Amino acid sequence: MSVLVFMEAGDELSLQALTFARGIDPEAEIVAFGTAPAVAGVVHLAELGDYAPQAWARAIAGLGATTIVAAGSDRGNEVLAHAAVMTGGVFAANVIEAAGDDIVRMRWGGSLLEEARLHGDVRLMTVAPHAVAAEEAAGEPDVRTFTPELHDADMLVRVVERVDTSTGGLSLAEAPVVVSGGRGVGSAEGFEPLEDLASLLGAAVGCSRAVTSAGWRPHTDQVGQTGTKISPELYIPCGISGATQHMAGCKGAKKLLAINSDPEAPIMASADYAVVGDVLEVVPAISAELRRVRGAP
Amino acid sequence: MVLTADERAIETRHLGFTVSPHEECGVEEAVRIAEAQGGEVTVVTLGPPEAEEQLREMLALGADRAILLETDGADWDPEATAAALVEVIEGEAPDLVIFGNESADSGGYQVGIRVAHALARPIVTGLKALAVEDGQLRGQQETGDVYRVPLPAVVTVKEGINLPRYPSVPAKLRARRKPVDRVQPAARAPRIELVRLRVPEGRGHQAEVLGEGPSAAPAVVELLQRLGVA
Repeated sequence: MSVLVFMEAGDELSLQALTFARGIDPEAEIVAFGTAPAVAGVVHLAELGDYAPQAWARAIAGLGATTIVAAGSDRGNEVLAHAAVMTGGVFAANVIEAAGDDIVRMRWGGSLLEEARLHGDVRLMTVAPHAVAAEEAAGEPDVRTFTPELHDADMLVRVVERVDTSTGGLSLAEAPVVVSGGRGVGSAEGFEPLEDLASLLGAAVGCSRAVTSAGWRPHTDQVGQTGTKISPELYIPCGISGATQHMAGCKGAKKLLAINSDPEAPIMASADYAVVGDVLEVVPAISAELRRVRGAP
Repeated sequence: MVLTADERAIETRHLGFTVSPHEECGVEEAVRIAEAQGGEVTVVTLGPPEAEEQLREMLALGADRAILLETDGADWDPEATAAALVEVIEGEAPDLVIFGNESADSGGYQVGIRVAHALARPIVTGLKALAVEDGQLRGQQETGDVYRVPLPAVVTVKEGINLPRYPSVPAKLRARRKPVDRVQPAARAPRIELVRLRVPEGRGHQAEVLGEGPSAAPAVVELLQRLGVA
């Protein structure tokens, strides 16, 4: 087996990683834990209980692949870093292209690309989220269960408990529309019109790092390189200048509508559509127009 | 972003430097643990001589001392960085080693994990909350997943685990007198060999302006309907 893909069942980024891996080798096989993903191809399946990064990595390392691919997700990056140590391999994160030993990977959250050559008998790479579109690979998996040989310490780090962190609201990462506010919103109270528009659109409310640093919104609302990475159908940044660290968090958005008083703001070069104006005037006007069109009072 | 002529680095002559958000939160977390339970916080970085400035900022945040693994500013790959860190950490034998989840610049997602393996310590990554009690560490990720490991351990943290303090003027003055040790680590051939950097191609066009001010609202609503999100 030359190329092996670590997948999590039902995970969109894992499907993207599979597409990437099969671009390198159409016969790329899959390794999964607990539940086999519903895709065609050979799936090596082990049952190791709840997430245990080092144990999962040991299982993957033991399958003897020379190229190991995973999603550029928290778990993909973590498991492959462990597997790199175990195989003595070289690991590149957030790769967007690979040809033999030559790769292109993202730096600075994608603001910069690095062309690099990997030196190692085993190459490990995670695929940058949304760098490739997942191709349809649905089918009946050819499941081959296996029992990995673990080391004593491998199960020491594992999920022992799960705390419900949902706030009852719409999740930022999964919302089809996200309305975000930046410094241009001016204050914590300035988010009220954004909340109103979001509720009309069934959208989640996000913000930039300037806003969380000012204490206007909690960090869980932050979109960006060190916050939540979103991929909605439509992203509406309001009063956000568009620093590279922010844009790293919304690369996955299909369309971008910027509302900003500065027509020269960097966000204008990334946006598909724009309204030039004060957020606190424009956003309420949009909500009012939506209500008028819908015939609501 | 502007690159140097050899396309192997960012042109930094006109840029300021700052500590990455994940790492600043890591230092804040360490200082809070030491304030609550006693102990000493040592902050370590690998970088050019000028990185002393960022170490001083972290000393102002409350760290007790600093170690600078001095380089000529060249790019160090994750394995070389981890090897250099392991050497100093072994000498310090701390109860807890805290990393940022990934670096803001190269984003390799592996230095902490490589260090943990070399030290034969458990590592938990991406923590948004952590507590140390009776020689045990409880860490929680943003998903709500909880881990418990014995100390000594290694963790990586994400921004949002805390809101770092703004150092006071006296704290900044004290930081000037705190010790910064300098170590010259041995470089090794990178296994991720940098060939060149390049700025990704932009989309090459500006946004389509729907209008100015509140009068743009009808055009916006029309767009929302066209995109099927209204």
